[in-house]
Amino acid sequence: MKICVLVKEVPDAAVEKRINPSTGRMDRGGERNLNPYDTHAIEAAMQVKEGGAVDVEEIIAVTMGPSTAVRALHKAVSLGADRSVHLSDDALAGSDVVATGYALAKVLERESPDLVLLGQQSDDGECYTIGAVVADYLRMPSLTQVIKMDVTPGSLRCERQAEYGYDTVEIELPAVISVGDAINEPRYPSLKAIMGAKKKPLDAVGIGDVGLEADRVGEAGSKVVCGDFKAPPQKAAGEIIEDEDTNETVEKIIAWLDERKLLA
Amino acid sequence: MATQQTPLGLLATDSLLSSEDRDMRDTVRKALDRSVRPHLAEWFEAGSVPARELMRQFGDLGLLGMHLDGYGCAGTSATAYGLACMELEAADSGIRSLVSVQGSLAMFAIWRWGSEDQKLQWLPQMAAGELIGCFGLTEPDFGSNPGGMRTFARRDGDDWVLNGTKMWITNGSVADVAIVWAATDDGIRGFIVPTDAPGFSAPGIKGKLSLRASVTSELVFDDVRLPSSALLPEARGLSGPLSCLNEARFGIAFGALGAARDCLEVTIAYVGDRQMFDRPLAAYQITQTKLADMTVELGKGMLLALHLGRLKDAHAVRPEQISIGKLNNTREAIAIARECRTLLGANGITLAYSVMRHANNLESVLTYEGTSEVHQLVIGQALTGISAFR
Repeated sequence: MKICVLVKEVPDAAVEKRINPSTGRMDRGGERNLNPYDTHAIEAAMQVKEGGAVDVEEIIAVTMGPSTAVRALHKAVSLGADRSVHLSDDALAGSDVVATGYALAKVLERESPDLVLLGQQSDDGECYTIGAVVADYLRMPSLTQVIKMDVTPGSLRCERQAEYGYDTVEIELPAVISVGDAINEPRYPSLKAIMGAKKKPLDAVGIGDVGLEADRVGEAGSKVVCGDFKAPPQKAAGEIIEDEDTNETVEKIIAWLDERKLLA
Repeated sequence: MATQQTPLGLLATDSLLSSEDRDMRDTVRKALDRSVRPHLAEWFEAGSVPARELMRQFGDLGLLGMHLDGYGCAGTSATAYGLACMELEAADSGIRSLVSVQGSLAMFAIWRWGSEDQKLQWLPQMAAGELIGCFGLTEPDFGSNPGGMRTFARRDGDDWVLNGTKMWITNGSVADVAIVWAATDDGIRGFIVPTDAPGFSAPGIKGKLSLRASVTSELVFDDVRLPSSALLPEARGLSGPLSCLNEARFGIAFGALGAARDCLEVTIAYVGDRQMFDRPLAAYQITQTKLADMTVELGKGMLLALHLGRLKDAHAVRPEQISIGKLNNTREAIAIARECRTLLGANGITLAYSVMRHANNLESVLTYEGTSEVHQLVIGQALTGISAFR
């Protein structure tokens, strides 16, 4: 079995994210890191590999992004991926979700994986949708918010978190699975793995290498147009109730809620 | 209120690190946050630490002998090793000592001065944390003057027979193997001593007010018979053990700053919260002056440590340069810990905050691996060409 994990380089959690008003795109100037949600997908792939129910031949981390995205791939490899593929091309800049999904699908076609895993969302765009778009292009079944996976040769039994509880779904492979962050606790890379990450194979490809049609990606190939931007309105400072006497504190909170007619 | 910066974030010292070194540092920090930090106050109070369990965990992470090449070691840069020491000591100096002694003293001694057979026999299991090492140089009456040691290894046929006592030995009672330096008819030599050898004992030292989350012991050798293969073939004279101490001192130059950084971060959070005369303590000029001075020293110390890291990575660092790092950074760290304690008031003396635990630990760190005074004399000798130790 071959597992591809889609990963993304995003602004570090500590960086205040902002949109560059002149380009309408996210300002990516600050510190960047591997999307934390993707580490759950890599861990899920590792657990399939180590679980022994199926024979996993290799785990491949795949990303689309500028040259700096190599760092995210190194991290993915230090967490357990065997090798990585980096799709990078100036023509890709400004791609919306559909264009990005198309481009990633073309890279995945080349790898023909049995299972594609990805995190539930990216920590920057937060669309939650890229898995479904990729699956649509690949004509594969797709599930989101998966928090438990049992892989058998040829099929996959998943539990997915829903608003009302859990769905148990069985689907045939190949499939695209977006995992929820409750699926596992990602491991730390060992220092040796961090040291070895740069030595694992990294395949750098451009749009020509994967047969991408240039007019379907980038700004020109994207139907989403960003219009006006506004900073979210400033929220009024909250009221802090110090807990000196818990009975009094509870009374104060109830009074506060009652005043605003928030208690049924 | 304007956004707050961290003491080291203010100087952007991270910009001096490679992404790999940063990743390793962050990994160590996260691992310690998860499984070590929550227990430290408890370990310190009880005066005990689950050394074997921690060693396994650190072995899995690749921390043990991380800057050594081959034999199961990670082979990182010296700078990465320093940064790991900083994270370990931000948790507790005792935890950093556990790792320093294993990697910089015991493993380094074998890696640098051992035979190929010795390296293959010991290093992979020590790197994995399956075997714990300790390092016996200091004696009850010989600390700053190790050359005067009384522990003696006598030749008996092909064997060696070891007699004497070593003191203040980190990991001594939990170790599987001790690197022991002893006088012989041929000068000072190093031996690899399995701790189950007949005649070997390692009673723990009780009543410590410092490094309580660390095992400190005496090593006693009563006619310990060793085969000739126990001798470290490449080390002759004091340069053997001193080369190991240089490794450990390098780690301490970073490590001590970790303790200082933790004190400062705890204190900044505390003074932001603590109200006095209806204002947070942080709003008083006297508080800010103290915080600023401590941050300046922490930042200077960090730049010094990173400079030493670069020199060491270029194989160009000299012992007197490491002495500057060890002297300055332990001296400033303990000053920072004590100053932070004043800002925490009475709360500062409890284990609910890390500052006095760090301050007490740093009393040991100031003294071991070369006292501040010894390092001053090393620097003095480098400047004047005159040895003033005696």
